[in-house]
Amino acid sequence: MLLRLAWQSLMNRRATVMLTILSIACSVMLLLGVERVRQESRESFLSTVSGTDLVVGARSGGPQLLLQAVFNVGFPTQNLSRTSYAMIGEDPRVNWIIPLSMGDMHRGYRVVGTTTAFRDHYRFARDQGLQLARGAWFANDAEAVIGADVARELAYTVGQSIVVSHGAGEISFVHHDEHPFAVSGVLAPTGTPVDRAVLVSLAGVDAMHADFVGAAEHDHDVTDPLAAAMATIGGPVEHDHDHDAHDHHDHGGHTGHDHDHAAHDHHDHDHGAHGHGGHDHDHHDHGHDHGPAHGEPGHVHDETCNHGHAHHEGTGSLSALLVGLNDRATALAVQRMINTYDEEALTAVLPGVALQELWAVLGVIERVLLFLGAFVVVIGLLGMLSNLLGTLDQRRREMAILRSVGARPRHLLLLLVGESFWVSAVGALVGLGLLSVVMIIGTPILEAHYGLHFALTWPTPNEWGLLTLIVIAGTLIGLIPGWRASRQALIDGLTPRL
Amino acid sequence: MTPSAYNLVEIRDLRFAWSSDGALILDIAELVVNSGQSLFLHGPSGCGKTTLLNIIGGVLSPQSGQVAVLGRDLRQLSGAERDALRADRIGFVFQQFNLVPYLSVIDNVTLPTRFSVARRSRAEIDGKTIESAAIELLDELGMAHVQRETVTSLSVGQQQRVALARALLGAPSMIVADEPTSALDSDRRDEFVELLFDSARAAGSSVVMVSHDRELGDRFDRVVDLRAINRAGGPA
Repeated sequence: MLLRLAWQSLMNRRATVMLTILSIACSVMLLLGVERVRQESRESFLSTVSGTDLVVGARSGGPQLLLQAVFNVGFPTQNLSRTSYAMIGEDPRVNWIIPLSMGDMHRGYRVVGTTTAFRDHYRFARDQGLQLARGAWFANDAEAVIGADVARELAYTVGQSIVVSHGAGEISFVHHDEHPFAVSGVLAPTGTPVDRAVLVSLAGVDAMHADFVGAAEHDHDVTDPLAAAMATIGGPVEHDHDHDAHDHHDHGGHTGHDHDHAAHDHHDHDHGAHGHGGHDHDHHDHGHDHGPAHGEPGHVHDETCNHGHAHHEGTGSLSALLVGLNDRATALAVQRMINTYDEEALTAVLPGVALQELWAVLGVIERVLLFLGAFVVVIGLLGMLSNLLGTLDQRRREMAILRSVGARPRHLLLLLVGESFWVSAVGALVGLGLLSVVMIIGTPILEAHYGLHFALTWPTPNEWGLLTLIVIAGTLIGLIPGWRASRQALIDGLTPRL
Repeated sequence: MTPSAYNLVEIRDLRFAWSSDGALILDIAELVVNSGQSLFLHGPSGCGKTTLLNIIGGVLSPQSGQVAVLGRDLRQLSGAERDALRADRIGFVFQQFNLVPYLSVIDNVTLPTRFSVARRSRAEIDGKTIESAAIELLDELGMAHVQRETVTSLSVGQQQRVALARALLGAPSMIVADEPTSALDSDRRDEFVELLFDSARAAGSSVVMVSHDRELGDRFDRVVDLRAINRAGGPA
């Protein structure tokens, strides 16, 4: 009854009330947006690793390895050998292994060398396996399977011929044109980084680089300006062709990384925290490579030139392994076994634990953002308070009329509480609507640049909780003008002395 | 308590000031109006007429003295009980701006029934709904045609009739009218007082009216000049 009266009263002042509602709606949208990004990114990260028991790579930090191997953020700076791959595969506790070889791109999309184990064992969301939307899995070293986003954004379908660029950038000057791949299949969307990957066989990766190295050997002077320059200077051109190819590769990779850095902000974190150090180191070493000290005995080629290019050594080394166990309970034991492996410095991480470490770092930022969002909502509600208080004086006659027809002071208090309820409730719902609109517009952009998928979902219990909290807070704020109105009504009686 | 067993208004030794150390506004030794009678209080502006109505309405409390309205001693009632007495048994009509601007005519008329169960159940006798009772009243007052309009589109005379319909809905025991005609021209003024009396009689409500206009008091049972009974001088 009073809610209806409150609504009618608000409609009478709709111009100013709309503004108040809008400011609350914007603040609610901000808060819910922060909350949703937080939840969705956690969800999406967790679903991506849902089927993997261990992630194995060269010695590095857990979150770093996870980001590189699973989330396609940055490239591993170290690789692991086929020997280690075989060793882990022989362990009876291991059910399956998905080997990953990374380091090349196709028009900004990561090319991942792997085996059919990827098809058979990769799991996302709640134990969902990969499905082909069209075509078939790669059957030889010249076929590729592309993720749903790759297919959609590049308008590729089965039969498309693709040339892989060397290095990790959207633009690279070195192309593996000698070994093009034909798209044999397109994956159904998964909501994971797989959507943005080009999957080829390990043999394909090896073949591609073998061809490339061969080409480099043939056209030595043309394809390698650095070597050509050095030859002109008459410096010690004692390095072999293979080495030249490496220099060249590194050059390409370097350029690519710079570009990547600019285009993808989210890579900043990776570079700053871990990747960059590794790259710097490499670059530094490369300086030595190019200089006169190039041929000095301390130069260990394999370690300094790796750059995540597992494959071009011809040994077919790998970037990372995703491991599935027969029994998840053995995860810690297998992890210990891998971490203490003598032949090669390896790191095995439990994805869940690594994610927890990641959240521990990001949690501070999340909390700051949530706090700021909440603060903006408080500002919005204070705006409503000032609006309600400001109009009270003009409404003294209205209050007196209500008193004369039987409204008690508590009715006037409830009337204003009802008004603040409506304003905050409508504001919260409009905010929810605004967020949906923003997400409809913004999701494709987020997907394109960050690979984050935000399903336009019904609000989660958490979000309803926040909304309820906002409405309760807003309603309670109405007690302040409500109390003043009831006090004023007692003084004014039936005839306000204006 | 039968209707005839109480006085409409009974005031003894009433003293009222806006603050405890302020000048007295009202100082009335005795004013008794029997049940079933109508009361006309007149006097110039500022002599305390409206203050007295506020006291009778239970909105203001005097510093001392006894005030009984419709047989209930207001001193013995809590604020909430006084509010309930007013809501259930008194209908008000003021000088002007009687109506809530954001409600339609019909919503204004039915407003008292939102706050008083007693008013609502009395309005709903004979199988009428609140709305049909309100429309019936508006019709009696010649206002049925404006029931869905916004009140701001009405003339002052129309607004006063709507206010009267609202005061009458649910047949309160007493109609209190505070200068209800002062915004009307003289023809409308007499017409309105006629309407007030006729409809109040039909509803079984007693009328208490104050006005500075002595001429309006012809039809009232009791005509009292407030200056004659108020020993306190009016405020400046």
